[in-house]
Amino acid sequence: MEKETRVLDEVTIRFAGDSGDGMQLTGGQFTNTSAAMGNDLSTFPDYPAEIRAPIGTTYGVSGFQIHFGTTEINTPGDHCDILVAMNAASLKVNLRSLIDGGIIIVNTDGFGDKNLKLAGYTQSPLADDSLSKFQVFQVDITKLTNLALADLNLNQKVVDKTKNFFALGMMYWMFNRTLDNTIQWITEKFEKKPELIEANTRVMKAGWNYGETTDIFAVKYDVKPAPLKPGKYRNINGNQATALGFVAAAEKSNLPLFLGSYPITPASDILHELSYFKNFGVKTFQCEDEIAGITSAIGAAFGGSLAITTTSGPGVALKTEAIGLAVMTELPLVIVNVQRGGPSTGLPTKTEQADLLQAVYGRNGEAPVPVIASSSPSDCFYGAFEASRIALKYMTPVILLTDGYIANGSEPWLIPEAKDLKEIPVKFRTDPVNYLPYMRDDVTLSREWAIPGTPGLEHRIGGLEKQDKTGNINYEPENHDKMIKLRAEKIERIANDIPLAEVEGDKSGDVLVVGWGGTYGTIKTAVEKKRKEGKSVTHLHLHYINPLPKNVGEILSQYKTILVPEINLGQLIKILREKFLVPAIGLNKVQGLPFRSIEIEQKIDEILGGKK
Amino acid sequence: MSTLVNGVINKSTVPSVKYTAKEFSSDQDVRWCPGCGDYSILAQVQRVMPDLNIPKEKIVFISGIGCSSRFPYYMNTYGFHSIHGRATAIASGLKIARPDLSVWVATGDGDGLSIGGNHMIHILRRNVDVNILMFNNQIYGLTKGQYSPTSEMGKITKSSPFGSVDMPFNPAALALGSGGTFVARSLDRDPKHMQTIIKRAAEHKGTSFVEIYQNCNVFNDGAFFQFTEKETKSDTVVFLEHGKPLVFGKDGDKGIKLDGFSPVVVSLKDGSHSVNDLLVHNETDSTLAFILANMTYNHDLPRPVGIFLAIDRPRYEVEMEKQIDSAISKRGKGALEKLLNSGDTWVIQ
Repeated sequence: MEKETRVLDEVTIRFAGDSGDGMQLTGGQFTNTSAAMGNDLSTFPDYPAEIRAPIGTTYGVSGFQIHFGTTEINTPGDHCDILVAMNAASLKVNLRSLIDGGIIIVNTDGFGDKNLKLAGYTQSPLADDSLSKFQVFQVDITKLTNLALADLNLNQKVVDKTKNFFALGMMYWMFNRTLDNTIQWITEKFEKKPELIEANTRVMKAGWNYGETTDIFAVKYDVKPAPLKPGKYRNINGNQATALGFVAAAEKSNLPLFLGSYPITPASDILHELSYFKNFGVKTFQCEDEIAGITSAIGAAFGGSLAITTTSGPGVALKTEAIGLAVMTELPLVIVNVQRGGPSTGLPTKTEQADLLQAVYGRNGEAPVPVIASSSPSDCFYGAFEASRIALKYMTPVILLTDGYIANGSEPWLIPEAKDLKEIPVKFRTDPVNYLPYMRDDVTLSREWAIPGTPGLEHRIGGLEKQDKTGNINYEPENHDKMIKLRAEKIERIANDIPLAEVEGDKSGDVLVVGWGGTYGTIKTAVEKKRKEGKSVTHLHLHYINPLPKNVGEILSQYKTILVPEINLGQLIKILREKFLVPAIGLNKVQGLPFRSIEIEQKIDEILGGKK
Repeated sequence: MSTLVNGVINKSTVPSVKYTAKEFSSDQDVRWCPGCGDYSILAQVQRVMPDLNIPKEKIVFISGIGCSSRFPYYMNTYGFHSIHGRATAIASGLKIARPDLSVWVATGDGDGLSIGGNHMIHILRRNVDVNILMFNNQIYGLTKGQYSPTSEMGKITKSSPFGSVDMPFNPAALALGSGGTFVARSLDRDPKHMQTIIKRAAEHKGTSFVEIYQNCNVFNDGAFFQFTEKETKSDTVVFLEHGKPLVFGKDGDKGIKLDGFSPVVVSLKDGSHSVNDLLVHNETDSTLAFILANMTYNHDLPRPVGIFLAIDRPRYEVEMEKQIDSAISKRGKGALEKLLNSGDTWVIQ
């Protein structure tokens, strides 16, 4: 029977199962295949916080969401249209993300008495009418997988591990995807275990055939390629992009890269990535604690490295004193904060934007630090590169803010040509004549970098207040005042060296939605939707928070209402109010989750009232 | 190392001319209290420096916070006076990034063993080639006289008016327990001995931990006088010398022998023991080093001074460079273009 094919602009699928069910792998494969077929997409993994939670429990559920389409895709999707649930717990946890009328595909074997009990169901949701507003497809994936592999005499554990490929095969059928990419991946991955190549491939094909031949599914879908900019792409998540950005900055500044770091969720993957790049001469130092992470980097910076430290909020709290030392000694350093839910240990695996004020203000004394925020997974590459440039040019620590959402989320990245990335010019001082450690460049106010090993430039730096120019210890009141102001002005002058802010929308109008960091895609989606409805809404996204681009005040003055959505209780909004005295309105939600674009749309509607 | 760093640093490992001690003195006024033991340490370090035959610009002194941590300002080398307790971590980063440098840490019992205790034990286990001079005065000087992690129990200070109830660290045993490969003790009032030890520490490849008994004449005056003053020294201190029996006392009339694993004092005068019965020091024996270090707070035994242990073990920064070299030889020198284009890629026409 030829089945009906419906064409869709965009779809969001969520694969959910137990931690051991291979949902991340399944989602990853679906992503790579969809990317190769030309869809634009955005993904987000949802891992359990526990490393090996008991099987079948709700806290052991692992999910992977992919939003792909023919149109431009900027977020992993507010809701999912299709939920693949490998057991009862994964259905329970993820049902609230599914739209009304959405499709649920369940592995019925995951809904036995034990699974239902572990998930907290008193009776099976497949047996009552609790799922009546959804289209439910029940498939005994476990049994079908076993049947497909019956003649291979494989160990049962191996068989169980292939059942995610059955689900993947079904979804490939449902969305007209080719199996070729994944077959190639399986062949390479299990090069040395031919029986696994056979098993996984066979199960995936069985899933595809199941969709094609049984009567269960009447409809399949087609999501045509998106009009993406031509070029070579790869899928990248924020932590990978951050790591690559630093390697690129080290190459372009001709400096060795040094990372001092202590493992912390969700930043550890940057350490993992960089520790692999030994053939670039990258030195990664996994330290005894967060403080050693930054101070070892400061030592490396003193020695002439592009030095960085990577962490998350609690780690920044521990590094605070050392950031002040880098401010005082005027050494280049990048501190990456992959923000997570706080305060204290908070929600380590969840996202938040609540460390902005910590980044901008959170130090003892007047200790200004440039702050940059990346707006999407691939933008982390440019964030890391730009943070390095500013640190090296202005001899200052720079804080780069990302968050758990963009660090783990991924999107297609139009790979830049290495040769197109701008050089980062660095010049070490070598001339011993008239050398004073705290002499400054007239334009940037930056001091010179004189590294140990350079003859005739022996000098001492430290955390005590410096005498202007000489850098000797100095307690004079006027000198302290002068140095405080010099350090502040040095950072303010960076505003002359960064691009002006650009709005997406109109130069003036009713509502300006101002965002920063990982909310970019969500705000963009919401604003575009409202604009299509003919509403006067514009989006301004800030990549530079300190200093702000010079035209921000001018931009803000052009709109009747300013809306600042943040995943905190209102931090950027404080800065905007303080600097520009604007009566901005906040939209604040702190659930450890990204915004849904509908939430921003509703707020815009509320502001515009009845105005059409 | 990048061509940019290589382009400016002196690649020579020896100075073009022999330095004098004076050339290691910076133009800054020394601001320690008159009579402080730190003056002696500074003088001995400056005296030893020319003998090390290292270009001045290759030498870096790093410190944390405390009286001892003013040290880098007074050395005419590169220097970094950092924040409390972190000198060893900064030094680790610098040495790992720049193995060509001679990196020194000046720290104290508070800076190095209290707030900086964590970094201290970890630099020792990693065996990063850094020379640590730990000025032990058994008191907090800069904050004006609180007990420190090496103050004796019962010590009356501003923060322990009824006597400290803190058990002190035995720094040598701590360093040995942390996997230290060079652990020694010297005295501020024995310049010759200190010079010998500092020189040996400098020559050691790996972390060198040198505890120096240093008199704080303002807040803890005389804490070590029994070990440093002529009248008592010979009976209270035993100098450890590799390959030599442990003899001490006026005219060498006493010695240390092992009774099981316990060191005991024996007389060489009453005919009961001869030098042949004594414990012979072996600075490459790590078990012996522990036994000797543990003599420290035993009031029946003389205080051991000298090199407890000096052994070779792989150094962190060397192993890291080896991994880098091996990765380059296996995978080729990293090419950015290739890296950016790694992983699954696809082309949109």
